[in-house]
Amino acid sequence: MNEIALLIAATLASGTTLAMAGLGLLLNEKAGVLNLGAEGMMLVGALAGFGAAYASGNDWVAFAAGAAAGAVMAMVFGVLVIWLNTNQYATGLALTLFGGGLSAFVGVNFAGKTLSDRGGVGIPGLADVPFFGPALFRQHPMTYIAIALMFALGWFLYRSRSGLVLRGVGESPESAHALGYRVRWIRLGAVMAGGALCGIAGAYLSVVRAPLWVEGVTAGSGWIALALTTFATWRPARVLLGAYLFGGVTMLQFYLQGEGVEIASQLLAMLPYLSTIVVLALISRNPTWIRINMPASLGRPFHPGS
Amino acid sequence: MLKLEARPQPSKAMSFASPLIALTLTVVVAALLFIVLGKDPLVGLGAFFVEPLRGVRQLTEVALKATPLILCALGLAVCYRSNVWNIGAEGQFLLGAITAGGLALWVTTSGIHASRWVWTPLILLAGVIGGMAWAAIVALLRDRFNASEILVSLMLVYVAQQLVNYLVFVPWKDPMGFNFPQTKTFDTSTWLEMLVPRSRLHIGFAITLALVGVFWAFLFRSWRGYQLQVGGLAPAAARYAGFSARGALWTSMLISGGMAGLAGAMEAAGPLRQLTPHVSTGYGFTAIIVCFVGRLHPVGIVFSGLLLSMFLIGGELGQSRLGLPNALTGVFQGLLLFLLLACDTLINYRVRWQATRHVPVAKPAAPVTTEATP
Repeated sequence: MNEIALLIAATLASGTTLAMAGLGLLLNEKAGVLNLGAEGMMLVGALAGFGAAYASGNDWVAFAAGAAAGAVMAMVFGVLVIWLNTNQYATGLALTLFGGGLSAFVGVNFAGKTLSDRGGVGIPGLADVPFFGPALFRQHPMTYIAIALMFALGWFLYRSRSGLVLRGVGESPESAHALGYRVRWIRLGAVMAGGALCGIAGAYLSVVRAPLWVEGVTAGSGWIALALTTFATWRPARVLLGAYLFGGVTMLQFYLQGEGVEIASQLLAMLPYLSTIVVLALISRNPTWIRINMPASLGRPFHPGS
Repeated sequence: MLKLEARPQPSKAMSFASPLIALTLTVVVAALLFIVLGKDPLVGLGAFFVEPLRGVRQLTEVALKATPLILCALGLAVCYRSNVWNIGAEGQFLLGAITAGGLALWVTTSGIHASRWVWTPLILLAGVIGGMAWAAIVALLRDRFNASEILVSLMLVYVAQQLVNYLVFVPWKDPMGFNFPQTKTFDTSTWLEMLVPRSRLHIGFAITLALVGVFWAFLFRSWRGYQLQVGGLAPAAARYAGFSARGALWTSMLISGGMAGLAGAMEAAGPLRQLTPHVSTGYGFTAIIVCFVGRLHPVGIVFSGLLLSMFLIGGELGQSRLGLPNALTGVFQGLLLFLLLACDTLINYRVRWQATRHVPVAKPAAPVTTEATP
């Protein structure tokens, strides 16, 4: 019983990384921009966050540093893709390769350094409820922030006027342009906000989850987060659900190892990636469903006045 | 104000000049970075651009590291030209190393004696098949389930790396290897023949150069290559002409998987001669940069492969001589691709200086004069 509660708690904590990054990428993609640089932005965010936490000892400074680093990376990508009309796939890949190199290069100074373990914060009154307390109410604040962010993003996208404009830019930039909206600046804003969230996700990973710095600490989370937006058919609530699903798969791997299951750890480590492939295939199987839900101009460049 | 103006047609000169401009800018940024790091920029740049070319031994090392880069990039060029976004060459490379290494290990332990000229073709073939099989998973999931080839091919890189780890940690581990995660050293009959005596450069480099010609002919002189390129440039036109998009997907994925697998086999049977968790040092990802810098053209890829190989060696030299982290190579690689993509804008656009426009205040229309001007 207690073990299951801990497994649930670990699932939520682990899913939070994917949730933050996935929601950020969702915002990107709703505006019509596909950023394959998620992994690079997360890595740079993770390094910036780790460095800030190491220097200041304050998690919130670390998250702010991660957000700033992610946003700057995203800005470089955004300017190239939105103003210079470079290929979105290639530019995103460049961002991932550059972010990987940069974080490894600067991160040499932090290699092997660790931070003190970040415990969760118990919610008064609820943290002591048997089973539910340890499972749900003793998390790091970021877990609750991710859930709040999901609701906020849902409200923003589907209930606010600015969200409508943002979706319009993603569906038909030509129409938005004709109505007088500044498509390029709106897209840049969305890309940078998405980058900031990826940066926070990275910082959360290196500061709270790990908490240590190793080269390539994200281990493909950025790519799984990219796949998440497709699984979720671009709905915020489903992104969160998917994030917990994959958080659970990741944790299951450690749980099984702890239980002494007779499977080599290397094979268990494949689980998150294999399950991503399987779920991606199952969801994408129905092309009409994907086409209906996908922002219509996702990945397509927009040149005003042509 | 600077303004981008569309060219009537893409500039051919710019498509050649763009990689050179990007390289120049990368060198400038690199020099600035060395100054910031408190190193002599001339020594730093020398490690990347001069030292790797000094002497026969250094040159063979450049060619050795360029071999997997060129092979992977050749395959990727076919993919990208057909608008198939395979970014998992790294995983296909690892699978090739596994299948080829597995065969070499079997030869080593079974004690069957045969000449190098028997085993080398079989080992290389095993690598090609391994890489193709890994790429076929991507093509199958794209074809049958419409799953994004970008994400699937990338996920399979992580799976392949764990597979390598599993094999060298558990079933294939050398019992006499002091518990290091590595296989036995392969039998000498499975090693690749050397191309230059007293170096590590093997015949794989010669095979690679021959394949460059094959790929050129395939892309620019064959009917199938033409179909693939039309499919990539104008999918609607390709559909109208009856060129199969599924065929393009499978052909390009299998070709690029096979090439990456071949590169993996050469790495296993060439310089490594055993499998370790570090079979690849990211060749499959660097090959993406090689591919773009080489303009997706087989001949261009040879030059960019040699260039990026110099980056790899320069990173190692920078580490041993200047005490700089080897990861500097990754920074320069990423930077080069970024700058290249930015410079590529100049192929389709030209930069014009335009004075900031002042919207003229609308004047009342002048009365229409009927009398003719004198």
